[in-house]
Amino acid sequence: MTAANAGYPQGAGRAQASAGTEPPATTGGPRVSEEAPRIRTALPPNRAAGAEAAARPGGEAADGDQGEPAPAPHLVARGFDLHYGTHQALHGISLDIPEHRVTAIIGPSGCGKSTLLRAFNRMNDLIPGVRTGGTLRVGAVDVNAPGLDVVALRRRVGMVFQRPNPFPQSVYDNVAFGLRLLGIRKRTELDGRVETSLRRAALWDEVKDRLEGSALQLSGGQQQRLCIARCLAVEPEVLLMDEPASALDPTSTARVEELVLELKGRYTIVVVTHNMQQAARISDRTAFLMQGRLVEDDDTRRMFTSPREKLTEDYITGRFG
Amino acid sequence: MSQERPEGQLAAGVHWTRRAANRAVIGGCVLAAAIVVLPLALLVIHLLVRGLPALSPAFFTHMPKPVGEPGGGMANAIVGTLIVVGIAAAIAVPLGVAAGVYLAEYSRERLASAVRYTADVLSGAPSIVVGVAVFALLVVPMGHFSALAGGVGLAVLMLPTIVRSTEEVVRLVPNSYRQAALALGAPRWVATLQVVLPAARAGVTTAALLAVARASGETAPLLFTALGNRFWSLRVDKPIATLPVMIYDYARAPYPDWNAQAWTGALVLLALVTVLSALMRAATRRIR
Repeated sequence: MTAANAGYPQGAGRAQASAGTEPPATTGGPRVSEEAPRIRTALPPNRAAGAEAAARPGGEAADGDQGEPAPAPHLVARGFDLHYGTHQALHGISLDIPEHRVTAIIGPSGCGKSTLLRAFNRMNDLIPGVRTGGTLRVGAVDVNAPGLDVVALRRRVGMVFQRPNPFPQSVYDNVAFGLRLLGIRKRTELDGRVETSLRRAALWDEVKDRLEGSALQLSGGQQQRLCIARCLAVEPEVLLMDEPASALDPTSTARVEELVLELKGRYTIVVVTHNMQQAARISDRTAFLMQGRLVEDDDTRRMFTSPREKLTEDYITGRFG
Repeated sequence: MSQERPEGQLAAGVHWTRRAANRAVIGGCVLAAAIVVLPLALLVIHLLVRGLPALSPAFFTHMPKPVGEPGGGMANAIVGTLIVVGIAAAIAVPLGVAAGVYLAEYSRERLASAVRYTADVLSGAPSIVVGVAVFALLVVPMGHFSALAGGVGLAVLMLPTIVRSTEEVVRLVPNSYRQAALALGAPRWVATLQVVLPAARAGVTTAALLAVARASGETAPLLFTALGNRFWSLRVDKPIATLPVMIYDYARAPYPDWNAQAWTGALVLLALVTVLSALMRAATRRIR
C-alpha cells in the first residue's frame, strides 16, 4: 500500500460529490446530435452504475481549491498512481479537468505528463507491466474498472499525438477510418461527416481538391490537423493532445493553437505541452507536474501570475526545466 | 586544437599510404563483386548457348515426343509447374502472412517464440527431406503421387521465408500507426488488418513473390510428390509434369536430343523465375 492509496478514501469522497452532479447515466451508442445534452456514458448502463457505486463509499464534498465557479469536472483523478514495472511514474494525482475548457499539463521532461494524459484513454495498456492505483474517471465511468470496454472509452476520449501520424492512406480514408469503425458505410453520410470534421479542423479548404490523394503528401502542420479531424470524426467528448505542436513549425503551431481555441466550446481538451507560452496562450487551467507528482493546478492566468507554490514559480520563470 | 591548424595543412595532410590503403580496399571490393557476378554470367551464357538451338514456339505448345522422334516440347511441364506453384502459393501465402503478422504483433507470447524457432529450423531443412516427409505423410496415405502433394511440398519450403519476411516488414510499420488506430477506438485486430498490414503490403508482396519465385525452381520436393508425367494432365490428384523434374529426367537420359531439350527447359525455367521476380519488383514499386 502506497501513501497515495492511503489517501484514497478521502479522494473517493470528492469523487462521489462530483459524481452526484452528473446527469444520470444513459444507455450506450453513438451520440445522436451535437446540440443534444451530452451523453456521459457510451458504455452499457450497468458498467456505469458499477463505476458510480464504486465511487460511493466515502464522505461529502471537500472542494476548495478552485477559485471560480468552474464547470463540472469532466475528467477526474483521485489518488491516481501509475507504475511502469517497478518504477512509479505517477504518485497520487488528484485533479479535476473541467468540461469544455482547455487544460494544460506542464512540467519538465519525464515528469509524467504524457503518462497521465495517456491514462485517460488507457493508451498505457500498450506498454507491458503498467499497473495503476487510485481512481480515474471520465464522466461517470471508472477508466480502470475491470472489464471496462476500452474500445468504447477510446471512442469517447480521442487522442492527438506528438508527431502527426496519419495512416498511409488517402486523406478521405484517414478521416473516414473511425466512422467506418462505427459501422457507417453509406457514402453520402461518410462524405458529410468527413467534410464536417475537416472543416472543424480548419483543413477543408486546403484538402477538398485532394481528398483521394495520399495523406503523407500533406505538410506536417496539415497532417497534424488531419489527425485532429480524424479524431473529431468519431465525435469524442474529450480530446487528449500530447504536445500536438512540438513537431511543427511556428506558423503551423499557431494554426493548431487557434484550432484548439475554436474547438474548446465543443470538446473538453487536455493539452500536454513543454512550452509554457503555449500553455499560457491556449489554456484555461494549468496543472503543473513534477517527478510524477501534481505540484499545483489552478486557473491558468493565476498560475502564471501568482503561483501558490515556489516550485511552480521557479519552473514558470525558467529557473529550471 | 584542430581549429588552430591552418587550412592548407588540412588539405595537403592526407598521407600517400592512406590513399594507397584506400585504393587497395576499394579495389578488393570491386574484385570480389566481379567474382560474385561471374558464375551467374557464365551460367546465363552457357544456358543460352546450349538451350537456344532447341528453343522454338513448339517447345511451349507441344507435348514431349517419344525417344527418337525429333521435336516436341514441354508444354505439359510448363503448365504443370504453374499449377503446382499455384497450389503452393495458395497454401503458403495466406498461412505465412497470417503467421508472420502474429509473430510481429504478438511477439511476447510464448507460442510466438516457438513458431519463430520452428520457422527457422524449417528454413534450414534440406528440400529433399521436405520431399520425403511429404511423400510419407501425403503420398503414401493417398496411394499415389499428385500435383497436390507437390504443391504441399513447395508450400512447406515457402512458408519459413514468407513467415519471417512478413514478420520483419510488419515490425517495420511505425508504432504510431497502431497507436493512432487504437486511440480512435479500433479493436486490435482491426488496427492490425486495416492499418498495419496495408502499411506493410509492399514488403509482404515482395516476400510472397520471392518465395514463389524460389519455389518454382525446386526439384527435390517434387521428385517424390508430383513425380512427373509424360502426358497432359490438369488434375491435382494425379501425377503432374513440372519443369524442374523434367529437366532432371531429360538431363540424366542417355539420349542427346533429350539432353538438348533439358538445356532449353533450364533456359525457360530461368526465364520464368526472372520474369516472376521482375513482375514482383514492378508490382511493389507501383504499390509504393
